[in-house]
Amino acid sequence: MTPQVTLPIYDDLLKDFSKLEMKAEHEQIRQKRRNALEVFKRTGFPTRKHEDWKYTAVTPYLQANFRTNGSVPIAPVAVDYLKLAAIPGLDCYRVVTVNGVLQPTEVALPSNVKIRSMAEAQEDAGLLKHFGSVSVLDKAPFAALNTALFAHGFFLEMDANTSLDKPIHLVQVLSSDAHAFVQPRNLVVIHAGANATLIESVVSTPGTKVFVNSVTEVVLKENAQLQHYVLQMAEKETQLIQQNDVSQSMHSLYSNYTFSLPGSSLIRNNLNVALDAQQTETHLYGLYLGTGNQLIDNHSLVDHKMPHCNSNEMYKGVLMDRATGVFNGKVFVQQDAQKTNAFQQNNNLLLSDEATINSKPQLEIFADDVKCSHGSTVGQLSKESMFYLQSRGISEQSARAMLVNAFAFDVTEKIGIPQLEKFINHKITAHIPALN
Amino acid sequence: MLSIKNLQAQVEDKQILKGLNLTINPGEVHAIMGPNGSGKSSLASVLAGRDAYEVTGGEVEFYGKDLLELSPEDRAREGLFLAFQYPVEIPGVSNINFLKTAMNEIRAYKGLEPLDAKSFLKLSKEKQQLVEFDAKLVNRCLNEGFSGGEKKRNEIFQLAMLEPRLAILDETDSGLDIDALRIVANGVNALRSKDNAFVVITHYQRLLDYIVPDFVHVLFDGKIIKSGTKVLALELEEKGYDWLKESVHAPIV
Repeated sequence: MTPQVTLPIYDDLLKDFSKLEMKAEHEQIRQKRRNALEVFKRTGFPTRKHEDWKYTAVTPYLQANFRTNGSVPIAPVAVDYLKLAAIPGLDCYRVVTVNGVLQPTEVALPSNVKIRSMAEAQEDAGLLKHFGSVSVLDKAPFAALNTALFAHGFFLEMDANTSLDKPIHLVQVLSSDAHAFVQPRNLVVIHAGANATLIESVVSTPGTKVFVNSVTEVVLKENAQLQHYVLQMAEKETQLIQQNDVSQSMHSLYSNYTFSLPGSSLIRNNLNVALDAQQTETHLYGLYLGTGNQLIDNHSLVDHKMPHCNSNEMYKGVLMDRATGVFNGKVFVQQDAQKTNAFQQNNNLLLSDEATINSKPQLEIFADDVKCSHGSTVGQLSKESMFYLQSRGISEQSARAMLVNAFAFDVTEKIGIPQLEKFINHKITAHIPALN
Repeated sequence: MLSIKNLQAQVEDKQILKGLNLTINPGEVHAIMGPNGSGKSSLASVLAGRDAYEVTGGEVEFYGKDLLELSPEDRAREGLFLAFQYPVEIPGVSNINFLKTAMNEIRAYKGLEPLDAKSFLKLSKEKQQLVEFDAKLVNRCLNEGFSGGEKKRNEIFQLAMLEPRLAILDETDSGLDIDALRIVANGVNALRSKDNAFVVITHYQRLLDYIVPDFVHVLFDGKIIKSGTKVLALELEEKGYDWLKESVHAPIV
């Protein structure tokens, strides 16, 4: 793995690790950091020779001199920038992080939900129990790097058998004029029978140059439910590598909605859901809109380990200009996972001759009494539909927007929050190019 | 309102219209008949601005404007409407939002304020009744899962809402049972006025029993070869087209 040596950030990160060793930290976390570093040292930053990174080259984005860990700016940002993330008409509990650092909440959260910084909660038994328990690091170099060197992040806990009257809106602001490499580590635990809605919005202040390598572990206990929305709308000079690792217990319901919008030059989502118990339900919805030279890569894994679980995944992509999309969706149905229902679909719309999509649905079944299907399509806007709309007086631009919204409808109609659905539809419309 | 002079058009190097002349005035209903492949639907497509057709000669003036220079949407905004032979199904686009967008873009073109939600709803209710269009269909996705008859009725409902100056009905009667045909025809008759005009393209005289035309034209081999009143349609029903074709091909003495 010699190529790593040429990246200055590789050495900087190793130096950071020696500094971390001096700091006081719970021994259990420290041990996980050490183990993870060994994994990362073995793999290094992935190159296109790694199967999982075949279509996504990250090293070109890692050439700069980055500020890492302690040298990353963490100043609060002006309230004005928070408006970037505001969802009109939606009342929610807003929580803000800046470069991964949890900010004091403006309005106290209800007592049944606790959100603390990782540092503050590091002695917490719940945190120690679940931290690093969901993520599998072996083939995940960025997750290993995050585990070894994470700085900041939050621990969110929802009390058993409770719910909230409105969603939690987690606004993650990225802000740094100089190149910064940011590694937040988050843990979300939804206790038995609890129900929560979490909306994460990633935004950036103008001119920000931040590379994010985040890991969020999500634990759903028995009968727990989480509606998890992720809105990626940071600016062009940001790169997002976001890993979301979920573990589901019996009768739990996890719904993830990932919206990757124009902006960040590189987005790589690793969404891994482990169905660790029977009778679980999982919905993964995704919509990616790529413009300019964007590269948006969604890798997902649904691991059916136990019988009687249902999973459904639908990702839709709209690619414009010279944008590239990657969809790689794995569904494993292990030998014990009889009576599994697993569905997966990926549809893509290319609005430019230079746009690209690499779509790879993957289904591996080791059980014999299951219902599974997967599929992938690539297409363009129908000329006949365009003409029909235009012949009624609708401009070409509006007609395209209507058809793209219609294409995305299968995903957007699943959004359980009307204000958010409207917000996403507006975002889609706003990014439809005027001309061919 | 519409003046077509020596119109010639081709699709993929195949000449379809070969010097077509037609003048239409407000208040008139023109029927265009003709055998298969004579260019009837092509005429509708060329007038509405379909991409695949290339105009190679002639001119079309619509209220003093060069129609052929306008984009399809601007033709619609100027008051031209094409009822499609095969209306397109567009899942994910609601019928009502589609109409609202269309109506407001046309209004904006004319310098009018968009219609508020209440007035739009009221208008939509009135027109639904006028053309006997099922309210349930209005709220569905555009033509998605509609029967053939429902699609055609939706075309007439759109026509009623958009109030064009010139409506071209491209084989609106094809695929309709007799009841649906009557409903469609009643809708058209209810919308006729001294200010608007209709071009009804059809194979069959049957539709013309319901929508009585002022003029009947026979299109053959890309040209209008005979024009007359509704009596001509009856004659065609009886004799077919062959006697006319022969007259075209007959050597000039």
